[in-house]
Amino acid sequence: MSHVGPLTLREPRGGLGVAVVATLRRDMTLKLRRRSEVMNPLVFFALVITLFPLGVAPESKLLSTIAPGLLWVAALLATLLSLDSLFRVDFDDGSLEQMMLSHQPLAMLVLPKVAAHWLLTGLPLALMAPLLGVLLSLPAGSYGVLSLSLALGSASLSLVGAIGAALTVGVSRGGVLLSLLVLPLYIPVLIFGTGAIQAAIAGSGVAPHLAMLGAMLAAALMLAPWAIAASLRISLNG
Amino acid sequence: MWRIIHQLGSPKGFYTLSARLQPWVWAAAALLMLIGGLWGLLYAPADYQQGDSFRIIYVHVPAAFLAQSIFVGLAVAAVVFLVWKIKVADMAASVMAPFGAGMTFVALFSGAVWGVPTWGTWWVWDARLTSMLILLFLYIGIIALRGAYAHRDSGSRAASVLAIVGVINIPIIKYSVEWWNTLHQPATFSITERPAMPAEMWLPLLLMVVGFYCFCIALTLMRTRNEILRRESSKRWVRDLVRGQ
Amino acid sequence: MAFDSVSSFLAMGGYAAYVWPAWGVTLALLVGAVIHARAERRLLMRDLKRRERRQTHVSSKEGVDAS
Repeated sequence: MSHVGPLTLREPRGGLGVAVVATLRRDMTLKLRRRSEVMNPLVFFALVITLFPLGVAPESKLLSTIAPGLLWVAALLATLLSLDSLFRVDFDDGSLEQMMLSHQPLAMLVLPKVAAHWLLTGLPLALMAPLLGVLLSLPAGSYGVLSLSLALGSASLSLVGAIGAALTVGVSRGGVLLSLLVLPLYIPVLIFGTGAIQAAIAGSGVAPHLAMLGAMLAAALMLAPWAIAASLRISLNG
Repeated sequence: MWRIIHQLGSPKGFYTLSARLQPWVWAAAALLMLIGGLWGLLYAPADYQQGDSFRIIYVHVPAAFLAQSIFVGLAVAAVVFLVWKIKVADMAASVMAPFGAGMTFVALFSGAVWGVPTWGTWWVWDARLTSMLILLFLYIGIIALRGAYAHRDSGSRAASVLAIVGVINIPIIKYSVEWWNTLHQPATFSITERPAMPAEMWLPLLLMVVGFYCFCIALTLMRTRNEILRRESSKRWVRDLVRGQ
Repeated sequence: MAFDSVSSFLAMGGYAAYVWPAWGVTLALLVGAVIHARAERRLLMRDLKRRERRQTHVSSKEGVDAS
């Protein structure tokens, strides 16, 4: 016979910080268990870049002029592809509802989820991009900027995309709708991301473009969590 | 003043007040657009550079103004709806969005048609036209999102959130597109930055702009009334109203 | 008056193919919006009236049954 003491419910100490770290760890673990979901955007990215020379022409001169735009658009679409699953599993199994009921503000709890998404989608894409840049004969000297602009920009993409994902998670077949909602909002990031690479190729200053990307990321970090949380609440109610 | 605002907030109050307001706004819209249109088509002098093709301005600019203003209107209605839970605001937003999309389309179409004699091609990636195109996509997204939800109230709230997100992004999109445009294109002949227009050219334009705004208000009043009847159809006062007719 | 005859007005100084479509599409959209709104109201009223008739019909019948 085991002795059952008086039932006491206590808030674990540490509060918000613990919750954020725990959510990040949980999401990373869950995502890493589904390897294919992490790999799919990367494979998609590589495939799209492979298709372009086949569709256009294998001339390195032509390819190198359109390479910055191609790489960025392909990476953007790859991010988009992975967005639908951002909240899907948690929505279906009810853990999202649990998060909403917890004492911590939902806006803070979605942040580690988005961070996990960026760490396993945006960052790998940014690291992989230089390899694909070689295939498109991207001029030397712009590879570092390519990675950096993608890493910075894709964080904004994850944040803004999460708003769209949260709005469409309760909708059946929300995938197409999601891209319709999110793509127009991606345009500024695309413009400054490619701008940075083109500036690097032209030899002019890269800093302003990267600063703009950083500013957009700061703004998205500040505002997007509230929009994501509000959207999740709507999706969970409807 | 506060009484009127309060009255506008309730569906029934809006319905009765808008019935009194509506004829005047329609009359103003019709009068302004008739005078402005005839003046612009018949009496305004031809442009020294573009000839009579510049007369497209009298529909292009008002439509473009409305396209942008209606989006801001959507966001304002969204805030009113989300913060104060005023349903009439959402009803107005739901009828404004399709009209805004229509105006965006008109601005794009007239801009493209105007481009043929001016630029020699239907489409130029001009900053204004590009922003307009993106605006059209934003409108379509809001309309589609509202329709995608099975539950109407959730659809309303989702569309409201998206409208607010969109309106925060529009200036960022606009400036980045403008910046992109100056980077990639040599300065072309711009449509609206012209050597100061003479009064007989811009006065009809002003009339048309104000007329279009009145039209938009009148149409929104009219369709919001329909929306009120639809959504409140089981309420006592609507049933009394229907029976009284 | 910027034009001296009806035909020159219609020709729009050679730009008729651009000016008239732009005005036409705008006008069509505005007129279409008004027609749509009016039709919407008419249909809605018809629906509401039909429903009201049915409901009063049902309730009066119930009244007869109860008595």
